[in-house]
Parts: sequence; structure tokens; C-alpha cells
Amino acid sequence: MRIRHVWMTAGMLVAALMTGVSGPLLAADWNMPVGVTDVSREVHSLHMTIFWICVVIGVVVFGAMFYSLFRYRHSQGAKAATFHEHTTVEVIWTALPLLILVGMAVPATATLKKMYDASDADLDVMVTGQQWRWHYSYLGEDVEFTSNLATPREQITGDSAKGDHYLLEVDEPLVLPVGKKVRLLLTADDVIHSWWVPELAVKQDAVPGFVNENWVRINEPGIYRGQCAELCGKDHGFMPVVVEAVEQEQFDTWLAQRKEAAAQEAQGVDREWSMDELMARGEQVYGSICASCHQADGSGLPPAFPALAGNQALLDDPGRHVDTVVNGVSGSAMPAFRTTLNPVEIAAVITYERNAWGNDSGEVTQPAEIAAMLAE
Amino acid sequence: MASLPPKHRLQSSAADSAATGQHEHHRPRGLMRWVLTTNHKEIGTLYLIFSLTMFLIGGVFALVVRAELFQPGLQLVQPEFFNQMTTMHGLIMVFGAVMPAFVGLANWMVPLQIGAPDMALPRLNNFSFWLLPIAFTLMLSTLFMPGGAPNFGWTFYAPLSTTYAPPSTTFFILSLHIAGISSILGAINIIATILNLRAPGMRMMDMTLFVWTWLITAFLLIAVMPVLAGVVTMMLMDINFGTSFFNAGGGGDPVLFQHLFWFFGHPEVYIMILPAFGIVSVIIPTFARKRLFGYASMVYATASIAILSFLVWAHHMFVVGLPLVAELFFMYSTMLIAVPTGVKVFNWITTLFRGSISFEPAMLFAIAFVVLFTIGGFSGLMLAISPADFQYHDTYFVVAHFHYVLVPGAVFSIMAAVYYWLPKWTGHYPHLRLSQWHFWLSVIGVNLTFFPMHFSGLAGMPRRIPDYSLQFADFNMVSSIGAFMFGLSQLLFVVIVIMCVRGGKTAPAKAWDGAEDLEWTVPSPAPLHTFEHPPQYRPVEH
Repeated sequence: MRIRHVWMTAGMLVAALMTGVSGPLLAADWNMPVGVTDVSREVHSLHMTIFWICVVIGVVVFGAMFYSLFRYRHSQGAKAATFHEHTTVEVIWTALPLLILVGMAVPATATLKKMYDASDADLDVMVTGQQWRWHYSYLGEDVEFTSNLATPREQITGDSAKGDHYLLEVDEPLVLPVGKKVRLLLTADDVIHSWWVPELAVKQDAVPGFVNENWVRINEPGIYRGQCAELCGKDHGFMPVVVEAVEQEQFDTWLAQRKEAAAQEAQGVDREWSMDELMARGEQVYGSICASCHQADGSGLPPAFPALAGNQALLDDPGRHVDTVVNGVSGSAMPAFRTTLNPVEIAAVITYERNAWGNDSGEVTQPAEIAAMLAE
Repeated sequence: MASLPPKHRLQSSAADSAATGQHEHHRPRGLMRWVLTTNHKEIGTLYLIFSLTMFLIGGVFALVVRAELFQPGLQLVQPEFFNQMTTMHGLIMVFGAVMPAFVGLANWMVPLQIGAPDMALPRLNNFSFWLLPIAFTLMLSTLFMPGGAPNFGWTFYAPLSTTYAPPSTTFFILSLHIAGISSILGAINIIATILNLRAPGMRMMDMTLFVWTWLITAFLLIAVMPVLAGVVTMMLMDINFGTSFFNAGGGGDPVLFQHLFWFFGHPEVYIMILPAFGIVSVIIPTFARKRLFGYASMVYATASIAILSFLVWAHHMFVVGLPLVAELFFMYSTMLIAVPTGVKVFNWITTLFRGSISFEPAMLFAIAFVVLFTIGGFSGLMLAISPADFQYHDTYFVVAHFHYVLVPGAVFSIMAAVYYWLPKWTGHYPHLRLSQWHFWLSVIGVNLTFFPMHFSGLAGMPRRIPDYSLQFADFNMVSSIGAFMFGLSQLLFVVIVIMCVRGGKTAPAKAWDGAEDLEWTVPSPAPLHTFEHPPQYRPVEH
């Protein structure tokens, strides 16, 4: 009676715990997403196949083990047998797993071949990883932009409530047409990053000095979220990937708009910009590009990331300041921005850095000066 | 002689204890006794104490990580420091805790199991131990340097670990060099001991599985530690002398780093698990009171795993952009490892089958090892499927996988070994009730910590991030609770070991009634000098 009572209490406790814990847990995703591409479906099915193979083997193996542990207890007077080898059995349990593995390798090989075939793409997108953002360039279309984390700092520090897509939202998503084969060409400017969107079953390292190839054909319109998967420094956890898949017409409209905006920006290079205009634009660029290392208040994180506020060397030598931003600093974490930022953005951010946080130099750098320098 | 196990007929080992006293008055006392000792048992003890210390330090780092990950958002530490914690946790646990623990066990038990008076190279033994505190003091000191400790993960991928690394990286490289020298010297010593100092009559195929697995592990160490030394030296050159081995801007190749690292790294993984196989293969027959099933196939399986370990390294690099042929080769070779590993698991279970099983603490840990290591093996098999690995790679699924093989795998085997041999080391049995508490708290804590990581990884959580999106919150909270439970219960382990050293139920020479190996023929506690006259070993009939 006492034993039964203990078991009943334990059972009730477990049940209570399960209902308490499972509520929130059931709301979460437990498994790999099936995804929205043919490849992602195949990957998911491989995953489930190998999973169930493991479950079946596990049930057999652990079943035999726990049966033996229970059945042959010393405390129950079990007497040990003396056998210690059996060639037939040993051959069987070497050969059988081998056969299962061959059976598993066949579909895996087929899927892998598909994943590696990036030929005949309808659209090429260059994906460049940078500490800590993604840069997308639609090859042959003259459209490129940088995609930054859009989650406000206050949500991260806990000063405001976290949104639905906390850490998985960007200022400008990668827009792709559905039903089209899109070839992704991946590289990096600084360290190794890894571009990953689970729903697309694409994870590919972006390695400096290499151009990796991958591809995706999205079947359903929607917004698909992922993250950088390779440790890339301080803000590795704050480098989301967002892909917006839209119908072809919508994509064409979007692309045309982007082209027009790029053309307008290019015209802006030739005109004279006012201090206020440059400061406003510069603050925006600084916030999305520079602040992750040099901090929003310009205080930096020495010794890796020097302070800009009150930095006398910087204020004394405007030429070196421009050179640092445009060409980067070899052997340090400072990247070259000549291809990532356009002349307007470079001029604006330099003007901002020379006049913000008490750096009041009063100096204005015009986009035209930068454009002339880049043209050389 | 009647009390000796039937397996061995020894001419004389009782004389050993009588001889011990003659050596006592030559020995330095106090601290210098430990600094200058060349005795394999004392050096073994030093290794084990060092390893336990590192285990606790590395554990504190892990708890900093888990505390930050308890909830979404940044609460306790900044990302810079978070990365230092994940990095130092990995480095300390791999190089400071698990590897030295196995070397410590080898120091203690290899001579006792082969009937040797000591290690073959006692002074080298002393030197290889004392290199370790130097290496790890240096490594831990980087936490206090400007720019902080290494923050690029224990795999220290270039160029994050070269061009973009904190200034302390050079100290980290030096400390890895020193730890590497220590490992190589230790391995040489173990090979020399096993090949030269076996008791007369003991053939290779009479050695215990612990000795066998360590022999193979030692060859792995000698093969791959120089590769690690090479790769960190290349980093050193890139950082300080302007070379561009891994710097794409200078014509170098960041992927070369990964090939070199994992050519070291994958055998390294087996360096941390083969001795564990050996320990479990010794403990299970003892408490099943039945000879190990398939001894020969166990030896061959261990050797196969060791050889295969040189052919699978790029499965850590499935998403780095390998050509299709390479991807296929490494997928197949990796899947192949499941075969000899499966053989081992089947052999353990068949050893249990029709045995006479009791559940002493060492056996509890050994059983948990078999179950939980196998779960880690299953996720390893899943990871081998390259297309699926495109989804698993660098997520918490991988974190779950390697923690299952390393914590309830390697670490549980070390705990099993400690509970198994403590009576031989101290002459006392560890406190039974507390040991059982330690086991159950550990086994529940470890599963609470690492099982949910499978789910968070599959659901899309990358590893090495200090903050995460909201759908991962519940899994992370459970993991953090489990981690603190597991971490705190290790303090109980420290208490149990200290209590056992000070006293407890007295253990006879043969502390476990099913124990058959040579170490159980010497008194408990084992006197400082044993087998000064080699025992005559008579193997059992095969």
C-alpha cells in the first residue's frame, strides 16, 4: 500500500509538472521547419528518416539494455553466465548497421547533388557578410543595399518590451521573386560569416577571399527569417537575415523603385550639401554602420575599437580620417567602406564624426570630393 | 593466495608493501614533495586535482553563459565578455579538464593494470604535469589583459582569431603550445610504459581495455598535437610577423585554417572519448560479474575508430563551400564511424546480458554513459547526413550533440573511474548515499541542460549568441536551470572525494567482488611503490 501511495504521488507530481511546463513549451517550435522550397522539403524528409532510424535502433538497444539490467540483478540472485564471444552475432551487428547506412546514403547523395547544382539561375544576388550586417547586390541590376538589425537597443537592454520578431528583423530585407531560381554568391569583407535561413534550408559560409555558390527557389510568398550562423565577433548574435519572397510583378516594381532611388542618390553627389543635411544623413549612416563598434556616443571600445569622440589624431588629420573610412586599416578590424557606402554616405558620416559629440571641428566634407577621390 | 582472483596467479605482490617504507626517508617533504615527485601515483593525483580545479573553473564560465541565456535580452554581461566566456569554457574544459583527467587516470592505473613499478619515464612525467599549471595560468591570465581574453570560440577560426583578435591571443597561442608539449610528452611516456613494462607473460591482447584505449589514444596525441602546434604557430606569424597564411587580403586562405584545425580537432574528439570507452569496458564487466563480451572486437573497433578519425575532419566544414566530391567523401566516411561505435555499444549491452548486475555508483555512471553517449552518437549520425547538416550546422543541435558525448560521455566516464578506483587510491569506499545523490542530480541536471538544446537548435537557434529571439526562450530557461543543477551538484562530488580521502568504510585489496584486473591484487590504499618485483601474469584461456 505504501509503495503504491508513493507511486501515485510521484505520478501526480509528474503530471502536474508536465501540464505546467508543456503549456509554454508546446507553443514553441520543436522541430526543423519543413520550409518553402523543394530542397528544404527533401532536407526535412532526410532529417525525419534518419531521426526515425535512430529512434528504432534506440528502442531496440535500450530495450535490450534495460531488460538485462532489470532481469539479471545481483540482488535478485542472478548468476552470471560465462560466454564472452559469438562470431555470428558479431558479424551480424557489424554488417546490419552498414546496410542501413548505405540505405541512408543513397537519398542523401541525391539531395546533395541537387543542392550543389546552381546552374541556369534566373537571378544572381551577391551576399556579402560584414561585421555585423549583410550587404546585398543584385548583379546586373545596379541595385545594392545593406541590411541591418532593426531591433531597437532598448528592447535588447530590457528598457522596452520585446517585439514579435525580436532580433530577427532588419531595416531592409532581401527581396526575392517566388518561383525563380536565385543564385546566391556569398563572400565576406572581414571575418567568416554564415548566411542562414532555416525555411529555405540554405546555410552557406561567407568567407573572405572566396565566393561560395548556393541557390534557392522559393515556392510561397512570405517573410523568412534567419541569422548569421558562424561566430563573427561581438555582434554575431545581432546579424539577422530576412528574406521577403514576393510575386514576380511585385518584385519588378520593387526593383524599378530601387533603381530610381539609386539614380537620385547618384545625382546628389554633384550638388553642394549643407552642414545640416550632411549631419542628418551622417547620423543615420553612423547609427547603422559605425555605432556597433565605435558606439553611439563615439566612445569606442578600446583597444579594439578606438574612441572617435575627442580623438585628437582624427581631428588633426582630415585626410587620414577619409582614408581610414574609404580604405580601412590593414591588419585591424576597420573595414574599407569604398564599395559598401556611396560617396554621399561617406561624406555624410565623415562630416558627422568630425562634428558630433563635441568634436566641433566645423569642417564639412562634400560628396563630390569623395567621388573625385574614388574615381582616381 | 586464495583471495586472489582466479584470473591471475601472482608470485608475490605482498612484498611490495613491505618494501615501501625503505624509500620514505629519501623523500622531500611538504610542497617540494609534490613539485619534485616522480612517482606515478602522486603525479596521477596531481593531474586529477588539477583537472578537477579546471573543471570547476570551466564550469563557472559555463554558468556565466547559461545565466545570461536564462532570458532573452542582455542582462548580466556584454557580448564581448560573453564570447570570452564561451571560448574560455571550451578551451579550459577540453585542454584543462578532460584531457588531464584521463592522463591522471592513466598515470595511476596503467602501471597498476600492467604490473609495472612506475611509468617508463618518471622525470618526464613530472615535467609534463608541471607544464600544465603554467599553461593554464597563462591562459586564464588573458582574462585580465587589455582587450580581454580570447573571444573567438574554442575552435578559433581565422581571421577572427588573427587579424580581428584581441592582443591577448599571442599569450593564448603560447599557452596552447605549452599544453601541447605536455600532452605529447605524456603520450610518449604512456606508449613507452605500455610497450616495455608489462608484467612477464602479459601479451598485448591480455591488456585491459583501459590500457588498450590509452595506447591508441597516445598515438593519436602524437599524431595530431604537432598539427595544432603548427596551426597556432601560423596564427602567431600572421598576428606578429606580417605573414598571410590565413589572411585573404594577403593571398592567404581562411579555409586552410579550418582544414588544419579539424585535422587536429577530430582526432582530438576521439582522444577525449577512447579512454572513456576503456574505463566503461573495465567497469561494466566488474559489476555484471561477467567477462567483457567481444574483447578482441573491442580492440579492433577502437583501432578502427582511431584510423577513421583521420578521414572525417571536413564534416565540421560541410557549409564552408567544399566541392561536391569532398562533401560526399566526408559524409560517407563519417557515417562509417557509426559501425565500430555500434559494435562497442552492442558489446557492452551483451556483457550485461545474463550477467549478475549490481548498481554501485561507478556502475550507475557507466550505465548512464552507455545510454547518454549513445544518444550523442545518434545525433552524430544525423549530423553526418550532409544535406541535413546544412540545417544543423552551427546551431544548438550541434551544441547538444557534442555535450552529450563530452559531459555524460567523457565526464561521466571520469566520474565512474573515480568512484571505481577511489577505494584503491584512498583505502576507503566513497560515501554510498551521497554518491547516489551525486549521480541522480548529475544525470537529471545534464539531461535538463542539454536535451532541450536539440529542440532549440532544430527550431533555428545558432550557437555562440548572447541573446536570442523569443521562440527559444522556454528551451533556454530549462537549459539554464539544468546547468545550475548540474554545476552545483559537482560541489557534492568534491565533498564526496574529500570525505573519502579522510575516511570511510575500509576497502580491502579487492574492493569489488567482480573486479578481475591486476590493480586489485595490491593493497588498498595502494602503497607508494607497487610491483617492484614484477608479477608473473598468467592470462585466462581464450
